[in-house]
Formats: sequence, C-alpha cells, structure tokens
Amino acid sequence: MSAPPGKARFSKAVYARPRSLVDVKSHFCPGCHHGTIHKIVAECIDRYGLREKTIGVACVGCSVFLYDYIDVDVVESPHGRAPAVATGVKRAQPDKFVFTYQGDGDLAAIGTSEIIHAANRGENLSVIFVNNTTYGMTGGQMAPTTMLGQKTSTTPYGRDFRGDGYPIRMAELLAGLEGTAYSARVAVSTPAQIRKSKEAVRKAFEMQINGMGLSIVEFLSTCPTNWGMKPLDAQKRVLGEMSEYFPLGVFKERVQADFA
Amino acid sequence: MSALAAPPSKRLLKGNEAICLGAVAAGCRHYYGYPITPQNDIPEYMAAHLPALGGTFLQAESEVATINMMLGTSASGKRVMTSSSGPGISLMQEGLSYMAGSELPAVIVNISRSGPGLGGIAPSQGDYFQAVKGGGHGGYRLIVLAPHSVQEMYALTMLAFDLADKYRTPAMILGDAIVGQMKEPFVASPYDPASTVEKPWALTGCAGRERLNVKSLHLKDNEIEVHNWRLHEKYERIRKDETRAEPYMLDGATIAIVAFGTAARVGKTAIQWARKEGIAAGMLRPITLFPFPRREVFELARKVDVLLVIEMNTGQMVEDVRQSTPLHDRIAFLGKPCAMPTPEEILERIRLLAGRKV
Ligand SMILES: Cc1ncc(C[n+]2csc(CCOP(=O)(O)OP(=O)(O)O)c2C)c(N)n1
Ligand code: SF4
Ligand SMILES: [Mg+2]
Repeated sequence: MSAPPGKARFSKAVYARPRSLVDVKSHFCPGCHHGTIHKIVAECIDRYGLREKTIGVACVGCSVFLYDYIDVDVVESPHGRAPAVATGVKRAQPDKFVFTYQGDGDLAAIGTSEIIHAANRGENLSVIFVNNTTYGMTGGQMAPTTMLGQKTSTTPYGRDFRGDGYPIRMAELLAGLEGTAYSARVAVSTPAQIRKSKEAVRKAFEMQINGMGLSIVEFLSTCPTNWGMKPLDAQKRVLGEMSEYFPLGVFKERVQADFA
Repeated sequence: MSALAAPPSKRLLKGNEAICLGAVAAGCRHYYGYPITPQNDIPEYMAAHLPALGGTFLQAESEVATINMMLGTSASGKRVMTSSSGPGISLMQEGLSYMAGSELPAVIVNISRSGPGLGGIAPSQGDYFQAVKGGGHGGYRLIVLAPHSVQEMYALTMLAFDLADKYRTPAMILGDAIVGQMKEPFVASPYDPASTVEKPWALTGCAGRERLNVKSLHLKDNEIEVHNWRLHEKYERIRKDETRAEPYMLDGATIAIVAFGTAARVGKTAIQWARKEGIAAGMLRPITLFPFPRREVFELARKVDVLLVIEMNTGQMVEDVRQSTPLHDRIAFLGKPCAMPTPEEILERIRLLAGRKV
C-alpha cells in the first residue's frame, strides 16, 4: 500500500529534544518553571556548540539537580557561592564556557556578596537566576524577593516592609555595576515570553563568548507547591502582580564599542 | 630580579616567602585570598609573581568567596592555594567541608594568630582543634602539616600539594606569626614532579567523554553512608602512610618534649641547654598534626619518665597525646596561650621535672 498523500510532509522533524538536555523524567513539581528554564539553557548551549566546553555550576535549592538534566560537566556549589565557584573555574579555564544556575534565596540573600563582586569584577560568566519569590527547596519560606503581603511559612501574616524589608530587584541592581555586560528579566508564562527569554539567554551567552563580562538573565518563575496555587493560577500570578513589581526587560546591554 | 629566577644556593628568606616559593615550585599558579595580619606577605608575593608565570592572583571579596574560588579552580584540576589567619580560616570552614566532601585537593595556609574572636596578632597555636578535628560540619579531616623552620615552610608546602592531590582532599599548613615572619638561611631544593598525579575527575568540558560532576550531595538510598565510610577509609590510609614526626635528641632521653611549630623550635634550644647540664632531654616533634603520630607517642611514652607537652595555647594537642598512650601520669603540660614560651622557662620546667633544684 502506498503512503497516504502528505505523509512525507507530516514526518518532517519540527522539534527535537535539545542535545544538551538529558532524556529523563523530571522531578520538578507540576507547573514549576525550573524544567522549562533548563530546556532553554540546553537549547542555547546547543545553538553555540558549547556542550563539550561547558562547565555548569549548580547552586543549592530546587535546581541543585542541574547535573541530572543538562548533559554537561557540572560542579556543585555551596549555597549562594556559585559566582565564586564559577570565578574559580573560569580563571582556571578561560577558554571554557561557564554558567551558574541560581535561585533567588541563593543569589539574592545568602549569595549577594558573591554575585555583586563577580559582576563588579566583570567575570566573564553567565548567570541564570530563577526568581520564584520563595525558598522552594526548604518548604516555602520568605525570600528576599517575596512580594509585599505575600504569605510564606515564615511570613504567616504576609511580608511587611516594616521588619521584613522590600523585595529586591536584582536585575536592575546588577545592571548598575560597571562589570555587568548584560542584565535582563524575562518570564516563561506564554509562548511569546519563552521566545523572548531564549533571545535573552542567547544574548547573555554571546556576551561571554565575546569576553564582555558578566551576563545575567533573571527568570520570573513559579513555585505552585509553596505558593499553594494550581499551576494555571501560578502562571497568572507571574503575568500579573509579579511582572508589575519585577518589570520584564533588558536593563543593561554592553556593546563592543563601549567595552573596547 | 624576580625571586623566582635562578634562586641563589643559600640566602636569607622569610617563612611566608618560603611558602610562596614552595607553592610556585610545586606548580601552583592560582592563588585567591583576602588580607589579614600576619600573612600579608603571601598574597603580596603572589600578586607580584603569579601574573608573570601565566597564573592568577585574585584578591577576593571575603574568605568565603576565596575558598569557593578555590573549589572551582580545584574542580578544574589545577593546583590552588590560599593563606589566611584565625577569623579568615573560620570563614572558610563551610567551603572546606564541601571540598572534603567533594574530594577536592587544595592547600590552605593558616599563619595563625591569637583568638578567639578578633583576639590579637600575637603568635598562637590556638587553632589546633579547628585544623585537626574537622573545623567545618559533617565529619572530615584535613591533612595538617606544621612547619617549624623557613626551610620546612618551603618543603612542607610542596608536600601539601602532593598529598592533597594524592588523596583528593584539602591540606593545611598550620604555621604561626613567628615561623611566618622569621628569616633564616634557606636553600631552594628542586620539586620532584614524579609526585604529581593525573586528575581524570577534573571538570574540563565533556569532549570525548561522558559528563562528569563534582558534588557533595548524596540523597539516593544509602549513598551518603557509603560515601562517609569511603572517606573514613581514606583518612585511615592517610594515618597509616603519611604520619611524619621528627625525633630530636631522643637517645637515652628521660624527658621528652612533644611540641610542634614555633613551640618545638624553642624547645630544641632548651633541650640543648638541658643536655649541657646533664639532663637527658629530647623531643618528638609532630610534623603531621593530622595524621597525629600516635604510635610514635605510644612507644616514646613507654621509654621516658616524662612527656612534656608544650603548646602556645591552654592545651589542645595534649589531648591527642593522652589518646596515644595509657600512661597519663607521665604527661606534663606547659601552655603559653598567645605567646612564645622562652627557652628559659622551658628549661626551668625541664629541671623541675628532672628533680633538680631551680
Ligand atoms: C548555608 C546554608 N544555609 C541554608 C541552607 C538550606 N537551604 C537549602 S536550599 C535553600 C533555599 C533555596 O531557595 P532558592 O535559592 O530560592 O531556590 P529554590 O528552591 O526556590 O529554587 C536553603 C535556605 C543550606 N543548604 N546552606
Ligand atoms: S518546590 Fe517549587 S521550585 Fe521546587 S520543584 Fe516544586 S514548584 Fe519547583
Ligand atoms: Mg526560590
């Protein structure tokens, strides 16, 4: 029997798992964005043919299992210290591609010193920063990015700026440092946002490839489990109040001319 | 002229500089650190000399960052060193625990000062417990070497790199302000490259091989239990094969000093004086504090009347001496927290223990 007309057209590959993404079942909770972000990172590693020269730095948090998902060499860092560990890797192997993958507790609380000084030194690294406004791994405590009024297990009455301070906007803060080459905030709650975020990660990686300094992409992410929300409601929260307080956009983009 | 180019056969050198020469001779090209007295000669030397050797000197934002930069460089398969003192070494403890757990080699130099807290910059041996008993969380050991001369600062630094690599674990040089700052005649012996090892575990990108991880997290099944036993077995091997101690004038000795570093240095002078008075004094000087020379102490205790433990603290290593022998009534202790004992006061104690009138 001959093939039905159009078979050839429909069997054309339009999608394939990125080479750098390991084919395993995800352990992340339903509706969690860590998995989506992993995939974007893997796609961008593939795009520039970086897999065999990449060293990833995993932080402490829900994303520590980076090495189970991304098919590259990965070193595990103490909580918050990934930019220092990455500095040590990059200084030892300047020809390699080095990125960190950090949560908001990791980067914006315990690790502020390391990220600020790595950025200020203009370390030629890329940072993937996942802001889900909470400490996912330890059960949903307040993070420095927790929204005002947000209830967490350690702000049972909602975060109050009198005493708890304000949610930190890291992408803007880091954009203010001379050594930062690129700083952007993206989200992955719609297909259009996913496309945009891929563009941002590509830009960030290009900065490192071109030796321009530290690049960071902040992802607004979900933690339905600790937010106590259904996945769809979590998406709405990102698109709504989170994007209002943490505006999406590019806050710094170095061009060759201002760097040379 | 650079201190590295064609070292003259014999010259006066500071202890801290000898550490730098030893590190560079052993192929260390990466140094991270944060200023603290009394070890600033080390980062200053490295800042001046490493760039010309194609290496990296980086003044980190803290000792916390320092130890984690070391973690990254070590995971890359490169030899890496830092130096610090009391408060800075305390800040490194988390990272040291991670490096021990991840089985990463590195050399950490502690030119120790007085504590606790900000303490003071007087020489001290108050960091013995921190250095040899773990320091950080989770149960691990550092290889700890205690130089007592400028020459040894050099030689033990080279050895520290070799042992760290051989056993994939951090090694510490435990010095103090005196051995760090004193100048002595010094001869640069060549480094033996035969002691370097391959590092197939290094993260260099997965070209032509499966991806590798360097990590200390083990959540599956009883992985962490197995890992702990494996580390334990490694520390036992280190105890068996790497214990080092110097016997000094122990022939016929009835009184044996047990001391390390600067305290041992001063003790040697007192021993010479005592011998002139006809008192059979000698010394066992632990060179490795972990592994501690247990067997040597055990055997020595059976031969002498007194083991006089001298430390520049109120009594830390003396606990390891007690653990090494059941003959506790033979152990005497002379402690000088945060100060160097003088040969006179050591001699006075030796005379007393020998039953002489002072
Ligand atoms: C020094 C130290 N303090 C605390 C912890 C416990 N801890 C593990 S993960 C984590 C927070 C992680 O939150 P985040 O970085 O936001 O990552 P997420 O899980 O939300 O992705 C904390 C506090 C630790 N591992 N080390
Ligand atoms: S706890 Fe939150 S951050 Fe962690 S996997 Fe679940 S949803 Fe994701
Ligand atoms: Mg988080």
